[in-house]
Amino acid sequence: MSDATVKLSDAAIRRQMLADFWFYFRQNRGAVVGMWVFLALVLIAVFAQVVAPHDPTAQFRDALLVPPIWQEGGKSGFLLGTDAVGRNMLSRLIYGAQYSLFIGVVVVAIALIGGIFVGLLAGFFGGWVDTVIMRVMDVILAFPSLLLALVLVAVLGPGLTNAMIAIAIVYQPHFARLTRAAVMGEKEREYVTAARVAGAGTMRLMFKTILPNCLAPLIVQATLSFSSAVLDSAALGFLGMGAQPPSSEWGTMLAEAREFILRAWWVVTLPGLAILISVLAINLMGDGLRDALDPKLKRS
Amino acid sequence: MIRFILGKLLYLVPTFVGITIIAFGFVRILPGDPVLLMAGERGISPERHAALSAQLGFDQPIWLQYLQFLGRLFHGDLGNSLVTKKPVMAEFLTLFPATVELGLVAIIIATAIGVPVGVLAAIKRGSWFDQVSMTAALVGFSMPIFWWGLLLIIFFSGILGWTPVSGRISLIYFFPDVTGFMLIDSIISGQKGAFTSALSHLILPSVVLATIPLAVIARQTRSAMLEVMGEDYVRTARAKGMPPSRVVGVHALRNAMIPVITTIGLQIGVLMAGAILTETIFSWPGIGKWMIDSISRRDYPVVQSGLLLIAGLVMLVNLLVDLTYGLINPRIRHK
Amino acid sequence: MTMLTRILIAASALAMTSAMPALAKTFVYCSEASPEGFDPAPYTAGGTFDASAHPIYNRLAEFKKGTTEVEPGLAESWDVSADGLEYTFKLRQGVKWQSNEKFTPTRDFNADDVIFSFMRQASADHPWNQYIAGITYEYYNSMEMPSLIKEVVKVDDYTVKFVLTRPEAPFLANISMPFASIVSAEYASVLEAAGTKEDLNNLPIGTGPFKFVAYQKDAVIRYVKNPDYWGEAPKIDDLVFAITPDAAVRLQKLKAGECQLMPFPAPADIAAIKEDPNLKVDEQAGLNVGYLAYNTTQAPFDNPKVRKALNMAMNKQAIIDAVFQGAGQVAKNPIPPTMWSYNDAIVDDVYDPVAAKAALEAEGVKDLSMKVWAMPVQRPYMPNARRTAELIQEDFAKVGVTVEIVSYEWGEYLDKSMEAGRDGAVILGWTGDNGDPDNFMGVLLSCASAQPGGANRAFWCNQEFSDLLSKAKQTADVAERTKLYEQAQVIFKDQAPWATLDHSTQYVPMAKNVTGFVMSPLGDYTFDTVDLTE
Repeated sequence: MSDATVKLSDAAIRRQMLADFWFYFRQNRGAVVGMWVFLALVLIAVFAQVVAPHDPTAQFRDALLVPPIWQEGGKSGFLLGTDAVGRNMLSRLIYGAQYSLFIGVVVVAIALIGGIFVGLLAGFFGGWVDTVIMRVMDVILAFPSLLLALVLVAVLGPGLTNAMIAIAIVYQPHFARLTRAAVMGEKEREYVTAARVAGAGTMRLMFKTILPNCLAPLIVQATLSFSSAVLDSAALGFLGMGAQPPSSEWGTMLAEAREFILRAWWVVTLPGLAILISVLAINLMGDGLRDALDPKLKRS
Repeated sequence: MIRFILGKLLYLVPTFVGITIIAFGFVRILPGDPVLLMAGERGISPERHAALSAQLGFDQPIWLQYLQFLGRLFHGDLGNSLVTKKPVMAEFLTLFPATVELGLVAIIIATAIGVPVGVLAAIKRGSWFDQVSMTAALVGFSMPIFWWGLLLIIFFSGILGWTPVSGRISLIYFFPDVTGFMLIDSIISGQKGAFTSALSHLILPSVVLATIPLAVIARQTRSAMLEVMGEDYVRTARAKGMPPSRVVGVHALRNAMIPVITTIGLQIGVLMAGAILTETIFSWPGIGKWMIDSISRRDYPVVQSGLLLIAGLVMLVNLLVDLTYGLINPRIRHK
Repeated sequence: MTMLTRILIAASALAMTSAMPALAKTFVYCSEASPEGFDPAPYTAGGTFDASAHPIYNRLAEFKKGTTEVEPGLAESWDVSADGLEYTFKLRQGVKWQSNEKFTPTRDFNADDVIFSFMRQASADHPWNQYIAGITYEYYNSMEMPSLIKEVVKVDDYTVKFVLTRPEAPFLANISMPFASIVSAEYASVLEAAGTKEDLNNLPIGTGPFKFVAYQKDAVIRYVKNPDYWGEAPKIDDLVFAITPDAAVRLQKLKAGECQLMPFPAPADIAAIKEDPNLKVDEQAGLNVGYLAYNTTQAPFDNPKVRKALNMAMNKQAIIDAVFQGAGQVAKNPIPPTMWSYNDAIVDDVYDPVAAKAALEAEGVKDLSMKVWAMPVQRPYMPNARRTAELIQEDFAKVGVTVEIVSYEWGEYLDKSMEAGRDGAVILGWTGDNGDPDNFMGVLLSCASAQPGGANRAFWCNQEFSDLLSKAKQTADVAERTKLYEQAQVIFKDQAPWATLDHSTQYVPMAKNVTGFVMSPLGDYTFDTVDLTE
């Protein structure tokens, strides 16, 4: 990288990068499909109130465990049937999308910000700061993530907020490690030295100069974490430690519905399918992002 | 090489101390009181509550309890379960083989299918096989396995009746544990049909547990192969007229295996997390289910020591992976 | 254990199994939970007793099958002194102890075994009190045995006298409970000599219908018929417990013929089970009650009229339908209908939101908001407290009462719900231990139990009610006691410290060819009378 790169206007670089990115992203058909599905999910979540036929917690006492409409015994108005207390499955699934996206966003945000901060500190200062921080990260990584999240939730008390915090804590070392590695790599580069000579302060060096240059792997990791967060929070919900009933989080719905596994297939099958589809969409998108952002894979 | 191993081991000591702090600390700040759980709906008088807490050692300052915990640990004593009153280590050892057996079979399935699929997909890049298998891998990677397990039970055990619903072996077979591995013990027992029965009980849980590692391994193998096949020496070998099968077999595959082995090693943590869910669904008597039950029962000694043992194990496997890596790739060793 | 000895044991076990008759009748029970251990005294879970106390052991007195009546067990007969303070038991002669690889009994059951079984729990100095470090005897303590039993005296080898500190009508029912199972003093001394005391809990020896063979943790327990059993011999040769915690999986196993009987089906599955041509279902009202306990010391819930009005606002039938899928019945009394002294003359509050709202307004209660506590766990009397709380929330909203649902981790829930000044009404329940009405009303509603450490979560102390209970507890005559308890129930209904919610129905699905299974009102699962037809 030469001085010329630094001198080019920021806006121009950004525009070029975006165009590059879109070019490569578009080549991956799966990624585009994933993106559309994901956008649809976002729309459904945002406009849940408009889209959902009923309130997700409204109980229709005369319509318990009604099967989906195409099956014998189905009732109009309940497209995907009802659950054990007569709540509309479709409405609950739609509102469930809100939970999943919200969980994904919050978890990734906490883990990303925490991880970047810690990773920058470790990478930039090195020495004992680095050693201590990285050892703590090692310790967290030594535990299987779901197990540690479970214990954390047990400590904090079951519930959606605590589940998100627990998952974010468990994910955070990945971001810290990535940031640190990137910072270590970039720290001695010419442009950093140049900025330092020019009198840039530590904060500016860390956040303005170095960080933007290690974003690509972080973004890839973030999409990966987004989908794992949806999966793990559903797993916690399934084990009774995540979002608590009557909230329509998909994993919690599954856990509540488990007793009906042989009697009412729809209360078990549909929430799981919803999880699978959204996670798959995010992962498809993640693949496209990685291909578009990771120059090493681009050439092969 | 010895210095390399020693260095790695030394590096693990502070990590292990950190693990003991987390295992002990987190568990002891869990809300809830095992003494209250023992009393249930009936309630317990304050005097008796104090007496029981004292008997269990919960009335002492927490740092002292931690030191006692470390001291006992040093002597290989992990304490007794509050629920069964039996030594944690003994319980761990009776349940551990079940988890290992499940995990090993799962990782064998994942590797035996994942590696060839990945290699083939890389060689036939862009073919329908590549596309179908990679789509399938991505679906597998996105699978909520607790739901997947339920679906398989409904279908294969409920509707088709092909596989047993749960357990490790049909109850008509009875032989004592020798190794704790049902597949091996059933052969040792010499009882007709025992092995087949054990195997049929293993199929669904191990397939469920293998799902995510299989997807990861297939994807990783494919991209490692693609990367290696782009390297100069492979291109050279190809240019020199070496037959494609030899190029793939000798040069590409061997070099692609390094990241793949790392990936397989890293799946141990994934497997442990998966075991928690899989064992819960299939009522598999292993340590994943044991941990879940113990957390909900506030069985402190079991959760503490269980966390410790599991983390220790993951660390050990990671060390082995590191060492293997060092063996295959001498550059790392001398760095 | 070394590998070699393990292989040797494997070989000998193999020889044993192959020597067994080819047509042994094996009965498999898909049990719900792993036993905590095989000594019944230190544990409290029903699943543990089904695996230990019932198949392996006996007690001085036993509950007659299918009832809560007491009949002779290891004691052939007993005399009670006129003041009700001395119980003299004549022990059965010729009762053989079981044997295993470590132990061959040299004598029959006698008074020493009885004394040993009680004294190890009674005295902290007893060499067997702490035979496993940290062990406690919860049932012995919670049934108030330490303050009740003054001494246990051996009169001769086959006569034992219990001296009590006060007359206690439920005493015989108490010593029929699992914690009072009689263990072998001789086996204990053999284990002590061998230095393996913990085997009393791992390799149990009893006098019961089945002998323990092996336990694989969290998987399988095996028993064989005890050929020397003093009572009527079991019809089956091998008894196997296949431990299967998940209800859906249990049902699958039952359908697949992997077991012949299961406890606790999911309420949602009952209808399907009844239709299955290969299965049948026994059912019985469980010995339990689920309730919503108001804090009767907190305004406005200190006013019985407010409590009654809220009870009227509650659609209990809807709870039975949605939460129990019909597998329960609406409760009107604090004791279940299968229990003697149940007062069927009492009329339940009628569901009437309009009248309820008017009644609340008449008491000056407006814009009331309250907390309802929902337990985080499933219990036999309440499969889904959260769902129940949601239904109550909806019902109360209709009479203008706003409900906030709260929940805590189970241990905390039990603790906090008993804290003085607790905010809100608590969903909880009770399963009977010994079939005595005092085991419900005395434990849950007396003044004494409203103190810290008690279980009166309404903090309701009605002197008249409590006096009736004390009087009944010291009266031996059942007819007299019945009258007193019936009166007490009238006061309870009038004062309404609880909303009585439900008595759940207990279902036992089994294969069609199972005969002779008798449901226990106490929720025990026993297999000594069970048989399999072709």
